[in-house]
Amino acid sequence: MAAKSIDRRWIYLFIFLGVAFPLIFVIGLPIEITENTQMAYDLIDNTPAGSHVLYSFDYDPASMPELHPMAKAMVRHSIEKKHKIIFTALWPMGVQMIDDIMEQLSTEYPDLVYGEDYVNLGFKVGGIVTIQAMGKNFRSVFPTDANGKKIDKLPIMNNIENYNNISYICSFSAGAPGIKEWVQIGNDVYKRPVTGGVTGVSAPSILPYVNEQKQLTGLLAGLKAAAEYEKLIGAPALATAGMDAQSLAHLIIIIFIVIGNINYWRNKKKKGDK
Amino acid sequence: MVDFFEVLGIWLGAFFTFAIFSFLYKDNPVYKVAEQIFVGLSAGYWFIYTIFNVMIPNLLTPLSNNFSANYILILPAILGIMMLMRLVPKAEWLSRFPIAILIATTAGISFLRFLKSDVIGQLNATMINPFAGANWVVIVGQILLVVGTITGVVYFYFSKKHEGAFGVTAKIGIYFLMVSFGAAFGYTAMARISLLIGRLQFLLGDWLHLIK
Repeated sequence: MAAKSIDRRWIYLFIFLGVAFPLIFVIGLPIEITENTQMAYDLIDNTPAGSHVLYSFDYDPASMPELHPMAKAMVRHSIEKKHKIIFTALWPMGVQMIDDIMEQLSTEYPDLVYGEDYVNLGFKVGGIVTIQAMGKNFRSVFPTDANGKKIDKLPIMNNIENYNNISYICSFSAGAPGIKEWVQIGNDVYKRPVTGGVTGVSAPSILPYVNEQKQLTGLLAGLKAAAEYEKLIGAPALATAGMDAQSLAHLIIIIFIVIGNINYWRNKKKKGDK
Repeated sequence: MVDFFEVLGIWLGAFFTFAIFSFLYKDNPVYKVAEQIFVGLSAGYWFIYTIFNVMIPNLLTPLSNNFSANYILILPAILGIMMLMRLVPKAEWLSRFPIAILIATTAGISFLRFLKSDVIGQLNATMINPFAGANWVVIVGQILLVVGTITGVVYFYFSKKHEGAFGVTAKIGIYFLMVSFGAAFGYTAMARISLLIGRLQFLLGDWLHLIK
């Protein structure tokens, strides 16, 4: 008789509990910093104060659990380093993501002034065509900010024409258009350092750009990398809180994979014996 | 009143989270209701969002503010209307023209970008001296990079039968591909667990206030 297979609902229950318990009862497993996260951190950390930087929010609420914590951590780092932040979005709901993060951070940094320290240019349809057009002149693509105010009237945009005036580009990306397009135009055409973060699902297709050619200067892949970044800037938040749960859930998945394989081999052996 | 709507939103979020999770036990009417509401709301939301964030700022506002400087926008507007002709069986053929322009433009733009970034850029990144590294970990990594790239490409060369030395090289390429599939699976599992963590942080934090 073949060994009985486990009802998949048990797996769901174990993973649910495995994720829920560490969120309530924090274990505090160590978080190691990986090279890709360190590279992204160093890029922002070594950029002089007063530099203009471009952040692109290329995701929507579906990817918030993974990308929001890293976006908040990196923006916080840029604010700490006194960079002048220009926000934009290749995804329509990226604008709300920007607003949400700046709403949270402006309570912690009350001295931040909209139009002087940061600006939200909003969403523009077009993906790679938009990025390419911004290389010629930001104003042709974004004559106004997300609130409809002319960007010429915002002090932060004084003398900012195109990517030549930008120190680095940072994209948080859940798919296309996203970080890949920023690499293709921002780095490969205009030679600006590009960094950012992606969801775990898209990480394998984006990681090859972190290479000798520095098409990407570091990359944050998934919630784990967000937790690493929070550790680097000394501001543990949601990603750090989720790391115990992530580790325990992975352990449960590995245990079930081992059980499944043992079961498979036992069944195979029994069939062979017959 | 704001607090009331905030609390209502959290409770609705909690209800729909459980409604969707209930599918893991088995298909049921509550899940179906939640699914239909989600689909309907998404369609309605995106329709309105597109009008107010794409159509109005990119077409209607520039045309109404300064028609003589922006009359060129009428051209893409006409193409957009032609695209919608797919909904009218007798005029469906009109939609082929904007689709053709869209495909041709996308192909033209993508061809150059992908050739530069994904072919030449990636090839350059692989043309390294694998033995020039600060320590043995880096050197081993670089050797794996070069060997994996070459054998992987060999596997996808189908104009020669995979046998002999060529077949062995292709076989090694398969192993590298399998490792990359494993890594992709690992990242996918991590991403899905992250989404579950996000939901549970909402349920245990915002809804039940069990965590900060």
